[in-house]
Amino acid sequence: MSVDKWQNFSPDPTEEFDSIQGTLATLNLGPTHPATHGIFQNVLKMDGEKIYHSEQTIGYIHRAFEKLAERRPFNQITPITDRMNYCSAPINNIGWVLAVEKLAGIKTTKRIDYMRVIIMELARISDHLICNSIIGADTGALTGFTYIFQMRELIYELYEEVCGSRLTTNISRIGGFERDFTPEFHRKLKIWIDKFPTWHSELAILLERNRIFMDRTMYVGAITGPRALAYGFTGPNLRAAGVDYDVRVFSPYSSYEDFDFSIPVGQNGDTYDRFMVRQEEMLQSFQIIKQAYANLPEGSHHVDVPGYYLPEKEEVYRSMEALIWHFKIVMGETPIPKGEVYSAVEGGNGELGFYLVSDGGRTPYRLHFRRPCFIFYQAFPEMIKGGMLSDAILTMSSMNVIAGELDA
Amino acid sequence: MTEAADKTLDLIKTKYPEIEWLFDYSYDMLSVECPTAHIAELLEFLRDDPEAGFTFLTDLCGIHIPGHVNKELGVIYHLHNMQRNERLRVKTFFSIAHPRVHTMTHLWPAANWMERETYDFFGVEFVGHPDLRRILNVDDMDYFPLRKQYPLEDGTRTDKEDEFFGR
Repeated sequence: MSVDKWQNFSPDPTEEFDSIQGTLATLNLGPTHPATHGIFQNVLKMDGEKIYHSEQTIGYIHRAFEKLAERRPFNQITPITDRMNYCSAPINNIGWVLAVEKLAGIKTTKRIDYMRVIIMELARISDHLICNSIIGADTGALTGFTYIFQMRELIYELYEEVCGSRLTTNISRIGGFERDFTPEFHRKLKIWIDKFPTWHSELAILLERNRIFMDRTMYVGAITGPRALAYGFTGPNLRAAGVDYDVRVFSPYSSYEDFDFSIPVGQNGDTYDRFMVRQEEMLQSFQIIKQAYANLPEGSHHVDVPGYYLPEKEEVYRSMEALIWHFKIVMGETPIPKGEVYSAVEGGNGELGFYLVSDGGRTPYRLHFRRPCFIFYQAFPEMIKGGMLSDAILTMSSMNVIAGELDA
Repeated sequence: MTEAADKTLDLIKTKYPEIEWLFDYSYDMLSVECPTAHIAELLEFLRDDPEAGFTFLTDLCGIHIPGHVNKELGVIYHLHNMQRNERLRVKTFFSIAHPRVHTMTHLWPAANWMERETYDFFGVEFVGHPDLRRILNVDDMDYFPLRKQYPLEDGTRTDKEDEFFGR
């Protein structure tokens, strides 16, 4: 990871390009192309199937979350974070809640931490499932993609038991959860734990050693470790390039230090490695879920922070104090310390950071989301240059670029 | 303040003794305020010096504080030393009348889009940036929306005055 010539190497997109520019064809890939899974525009300059140059346009679904957040009380920002990486919305929710808890100095109990770990790892699995099965779909193996949805469906049903919704979950509260794990949740989680290894191995058998799949993905869209670091890669894409950086291990949050798991790394940083790193990460997440569920302590699903955690509705009708707190929370009148916090979690595709500046008011003074997609998608032209168009599609799906997170 | 943060601060102070450093340690992170003229030099030193070793640019974003006279706009860098697992925040503030700061794209290619985003929202001009255009907003937008003078809701409305709650 030392600073070497790669860090200072800046590829010249016009190299050997000017002389033949007149003979190249321009192709608009996107903004709405079914193979890009989201709204991305790439203007490609091509000679036959070979890509010489590409230029990205982003911002098609920009919704000004950072501006919106400057007017919303802290509790009301959680639903905004859902809409970033909507394949793993609970990680975003809990990441945001952890940032506020860090600012306010709220310590959560082991039970809440373990509950959060279970939810976050389920979200990571559902995120990686989508990404990996889409790589399969883009190589022509649609079976895995359609088949895998029963596995994700069960994960979404588990979310439903905890928060009532499936995609945009709004699953966590400052200080804990809105409700405890229900008996139905326990029943479904046991079924899921039972079935997951079989389902996962079915996907693995279908793709991992499939000759066609390997030929399509190996050495496609590769990036070296130092170059990936210079481009700010994090998450599975960085680990596929051989750098074992994982926020869960480097700066454990939510009691991740209690669990025994390993970080898979790749070698070449190509599409196949990214696929394999995600495959193995799912198994590691599965191990974490099993450990967290087996050791889930008894207790309450929230801590006693009346200034942040909404009281029970019956309490609000009965007791004066609960009514006051309810009013204060809804109007955003809870005092919060002044300060600056950077809090990061390991999101579905990298380090999801929240830089929160508070001036003690009811809303953040400034909130910046470090969205991993936004940062590593910059490397895309470099990764596809000189390759085929069909490889570019695969490279994009294996990087797991999510439009919502890219544009925030 | 942790020992590692102390060391980093000492390193910066010995390298640039002529500058008066403003620093703060809170929420597990050291943050240092650097004069805008020296920011490129400082970050290059932090990246290349083997003792500092902040080789990873985690985040780059802007901030607008209207109350800071002549230092209204700022750019905030989050650096990470992955070997020691140490994070560092470097801030630089400058006047809104001359929002110019040196680019970091020559140090980290990752800074490219983050600087374009900061330009897009705050109007900070990054000197030496290879392609400083708007990135998330439309190209013909004529203001910088994250500056504080632009309220989120229509400023002409009177039925939603926040006399009692909020700023």
